[in-house]
Amino acid sequence: MRISEYFRLPKVSSKSYAVWQRNKDVFAKDIKLNFLPPFLEPLLYLVALGFGLGRFVESIDGVPYAKFIAPALISISVMYASFFECSYGSYVRMYYQKTFDAIIATPVTIEDVIAGELLWGATRSMVNATVMIPVIALFGLIDIRYALLIIPFAFLGGLLFGAIGMCFTAVTPNIMSINYPVLLFITPMFLFSGTFFPLNALPEPIQYFAIAFLPLTHIVNGIRLIGYGTLEPVILFDLAWIVVVCAVLLLLSINLMRKRLIV
Amino acid sequence: MPVIVARGLVKKYKDTLAVDNITFSIEEGEMFGFLGPNGAGKTTTMRMIQCVSPVTSGSLEIFGMDAMSHPREIKSHLGVVPQENNLDMDFTVYENLVVFSRYFDIPRDEAERRATELLEFVHLEDKKDTMTESLSGGMKRRLILARALINRPRMLILDEPTVGLDPQARHMIWDKLRALKKQGVTVVLTSHYLDEVEKLCDRLVVMDYGKILVEGSPSQVIREYVGSGIVEAEKDPELIRCLEMKEANYEVIGELVHVYTDNPKQIAEYLTMECSISKLSARPATLEDVFLKMTGRRLRE
Ligand SMILES: Nc1ncnc2c1ncn2[C@@H]1O[C@H](COP(=O)(O)OP(=O)(O)OP(=O)(O)O)[C@@H](O)[C@H]1O
Ligand SMILES: [Mg+2]
Repeated sequence: MRISEYFRLPKVSSKSYAVWQRNKDVFAKDIKLNFLPPFLEPLLYLVALGFGLGRFVESIDGVPYAKFIAPALISISVMYASFFECSYGSYVRMYYQKTFDAIIATPVTIEDVIAGELLWGATRSMVNATVMIPVIALFGLIDIRYALLIIPFAFLGGLLFGAIGMCFTAVTPNIMSINYPVLLFITPMFLFSGTFFPLNALPEPIQYFAIAFLPLTHIVNGIRLIGYGTLEPVILFDLAWIVVVCAVLLLLSINLMRKRLIV
Repeated sequence: MPVIVARGLVKKYKDTLAVDNITFSIEEGEMFGFLGPNGAGKTTTMRMIQCVSPVTSGSLEIFGMDAMSHPREIKSHLGVVPQENNLDMDFTVYENLVVFSRYFDIPRDEAERRATELLEFVHLEDKKDTMTESLSGGMKRRLILARALINRPRMLILDEPTVGLDPQARHMIWDKLRALKKQGVTVVLTSHYLDEVEKLCDRLVVMDYGKILVEGSPSQVIREYVGSGIVEAEKDPELIRCLEMKEANYEVIGELVHVYTDNPKQIAEYLTMECSISKLSARPATLEDVFLKMTGRRLRE
């Protein structure tokens, strides 16, 4: 395949909605269990880090530590939800459950299937963010004037991390190997994207690296600006970075999956 | 009117030539069988017909449309029973049918009506709310058949629909296929149960190493390739000499000799009377004899 073919526009139709619906129905079966983590996790982190560790940390840029990490907790949840859904989750459906094989025997094409999976991954990120917002708002750690803006932002971030997960699903030789991107990419991002300490605490080259290559940096930045209620124009830079990288990776992920599955 | 026309169809995987230049056509309403040893290329052919595996070269038209350029339209009229079970194990039996119907854009109430009807058709009403994991192998196969019918297909593609089933379940599936054929559904299938294919298929092909070796109706191919009868006898030099003298069409298979003939009684009499061979039996030829004669008896890896 020529390089350009990896980025060509796939023919995705509205049939991908049926694939999204399938995943939504499975999710709805265990709705209580599925809602628990986004509800409980911010509480645990806030208590342990925000209010525990936070007592030993001076305010960051004039913001109390708990308020500093609250937007990061949402961002991390956005990242995990869609990355895991479109990596381990999609791999299991593709390889072990043969769900994709069954679906492409219908008028739904493989491009529709992958698009549906990616949309579902983004939906999970959005659901998590939506559940977390009121929990965090309850502690007064978020400016509720703009809080609803976090929801579409989380969807966009979810698409981005879903596409990243799907690219790995498309090339991984087996399910165990998905541990590599988790260990080498997702976990470092969890720590070094301005999540639990500001980016400017790091050496300058690393700061630039994070801004150029770590998607979570831009999600954290965006959600933090919305959460603080200080919508500065710099958010447009984060937004632009996310939209461009997301578009490229969405194309790549669908074409890679097509290449893997259509033989 | 033919519903499938394949001309010079070729499928190449990286370095395997799985289907090697085959030409065939299948008529509307026919029951058509693809036979052949493991690895012959049957599943590969089915997958090209289902428009899920691209054709390497040659042409493949289904319902008069090109398989490569009209996959959505073609697939909306197909029902597929794959060789490997791929039921959705996140759902119950009933949900499997309803969820599947959405891929065809069947409205919800219509889908529910069809699901109930189809579960009755394959006798799975009692299992409606069971998760598919806890179904037996036969039940899974029946549910897959029901699932393949959810869009009221014009043509059914079944890849070893009865694999691993007990005789009862097998008979039931074949019975259902006959009923569907009566309704005008074209049925294309692969199977290793040759006696069933012989009884049920209007026409068949035998494939091996990606090529079609034999084509015709069961009785036609039996007559053409082995004759109507077979005389079986134990291998013995005297017997071979007699057969050579008579210029009979025979084959040595391990310790057995098969004599292919249109007149088994005459050959049997000749062998008993003139060659004093006593241990022999005459029987009508079957599709299995054609299969083994044409594809050899060596095991495939
Ligand atoms: N996805 C694939 N990639 C590479 N080679 C394949 C693939 N699928 C099948 N083959 C090869 O193509 C050939 C034909 O396989 P196919 O599955 O069509 O056989 P079959 O007639 O269905 O056999 P069986 O009776 O065992 O199901 C075999 O040599 C097989 O190894
Ligand atoms: Mg097969």
